[in-house]
Amino acid sequence: MRGKVWKFGDAISTDHVIPGRYMYLRSNLPELAKHIFEYEKPNFSGMVSPGDFIVAGHNFGQGSSREHAAIVIKMNGIQAVFAKSFARIFYRNCFNNGLPAVICDTEKFSEGEEIELFLDQGKIVNHSRNETISFISIPPVMRQILNDGGLVEHVKKYGDIKLDL
Amino acid sequence: MGMTLAEKILSEHAGKKVRAGKIAVVNTDLAYAQDGTGPLAARKIEEMGFEKVFNPQKTIFFLDHASPSPKFELSNDHTFLRQISEKTGCRISDVGYGISHQVVAEEEVKPGDVVIGADSHTCTGGALSAFATGVGSTDAAVAMALGKIWLRIPETIRVVVKGKLPDGVYGKDIILHLIGKIGAAGATYKALEFAGDTIEHLEMAGRMTIANMAVEAGAKVGLFPSDEITRNWLDRMGRPGDFRKMASDSDALYEKVIEIDAETLQPTIACPHQVDNTTTIDRIGDVKVDQVYLGTSCNGRLEDLRIAASILKGKKIHPKTRVIVTPGSRLVYLEALKDGTMETLIQAGALAMPPGCGACVGLHEGVLGDGEVCLATQPRNFKGRMGSPNSFIYLGSPAVAAATAIEGRITDPRKYL
Ligand code: SF4
Repeated sequence: MRGKVWKFGDAISTDHVIPGRYMYLRSNLPELAKHIFEYEKPNFSGMVSPGDFIVAGHNFGQGSSREHAAIVIKMNGIQAVFAKSFARIFYRNCFNNGLPAVICDTEKFSEGEEIELFLDQGKIVNHSRNETISFISIPPVMRQILNDGGLVEHVKKYGDIKLDL
Repeated sequence: MGMTLAEKILSEHAGKKVRAGKIAVVNTDLAYAQDGTGPLAARKIEEMGFEKVFNPQKTIFFLDHASPSPKFELSNDHTFLRQISEKTGCRISDVGYGISHQVVAEEEVKPGDVVIGADSHTCTGGALSAFATGVGSTDAAVAMALGKIWLRIPETIRVVVKGKLPDGVYGKDIILHLIGKIGAAGATYKALEFAGDTIEHLEMAGRMTIANMAVEAGAKVGLFPSDEITRNWLDRMGRPGDFRKMASDSDALYEKVIEIDAETLQPTIACPHQVDNTTTIDRIGDVKVDQVYLGTSCNGRLEDLRIAASILKGKKIHPKTRVIVTPGSRLVYLEALKDGTMETLIQAGALAMPPGCGACVGLHEGVLGDGEVCLATQPRNFKGRMGSPNSFIYLGSPAVAAATAIEGRITDPRKYL
């Protein structure tokens, strides 16, 4: 599915994605999701369409372990997150929630461009530029969690952690 | 070839030898979450269909971030977690008992443990030679339900700190210096392992400050070997039997070694809005401060409060600056009350808050308004973290906090020693 690029810079923390002061809304996810990127891109929740992409620089998702950052991204219909690099906890949280986090050269995308992700083929097509960008494939363990629909579904399926290591 | 501390601990818990780069399922000794991440973790446990947790005694929900609760929604989350604890048999650490990482360091974490926490600063436990790492709510829920987690065995960066720390320079300055040097992503996915004679002499409070901030360089864990200082800490906490000698092998393979000369270090400050935006105090310029915040999982220990009290003794805080003190745990609070530390701080004009995370995460007890500037001892200064996105957070040691409190602007503590 094609989607639009929403561009962010380096060092976007989970506090930027969803500020800590909204902790009181964490048991009310639809309400919480409205406050996504409130300071970075005001009204992001109102502007984003299902299937769009977040495209960022280095160390996306640094800081707090709050999984709600990955969850509100997913709840806003974002199809996948691309960055030059990801912080460790956020990276796991994405896959645990069935949200692909892809490391690639994000200079190749600009705000508003139309792109399409081919996860299995390790490529992204930028329709606006008529360009194809390949990326280093997702680690097999992450792929397995993603295929199972996230870590909760994986454990439900096997009653255990059953990854091919 | 020898093993790093991370490889040793994880091998023991995987039941086989595992080296950096491998992925393994490891058994966990302790799993916890806090009131911001715990409700989601509890719901995931339910969603996976577990009625009981794997080891109830070693599964803890901490009500520390909103403690006591400033909003009814958070009170409802607390109620939910108390109910979950009754249902699943796991433990609750209720409001006012302390910050998760401080309490587990006092009561639970042992050298050689694998500790999983749904909070990024779980790495504080590395000070006690435990592989303690922060994860999201789902990974924590799985660790709680199954008593295990999958992990990639990290490569280790060895940080060797040598020489005597100058007066007025502390563990906080070592770690701020390191993060300034390698950057906020300088150790992403890696283990940091601390060594050298400075580290050997550093007391447990300083080690915890350093381990706590390992994640601010992106690290998975910040490990210290265990020694007499570890033993003394466990003795003081009434847990002498929990001591165990842990160290990496002398021929362990490191990804790289970073050397720091402690004697050249100065009080160091992280400027807004990134932890790696550091500078030494002589270059900070004139920064007026509205609020000083002393406490948190980074610097909320008795030693930290004492350092601040020794500088503030007999002095008054600046009339245009408010000072908020939040002890890390009830134990710290009681000790600081008994030895007169709290009295000294309050006489100087500080406000005392109940043990917990307090103002650190912008929920309550010292939320910053537009344009306000705070000098905080916490580990993190992202934009808007303590309240308004138009406020400014500088990070420094408890000594810097105290000197700043006196002058109302960021001040070199060495003139007050
Ligand atoms: S004191 Fe601050 S950094 Fe530490 S656990 Fe609490 S909110 Fe997190």
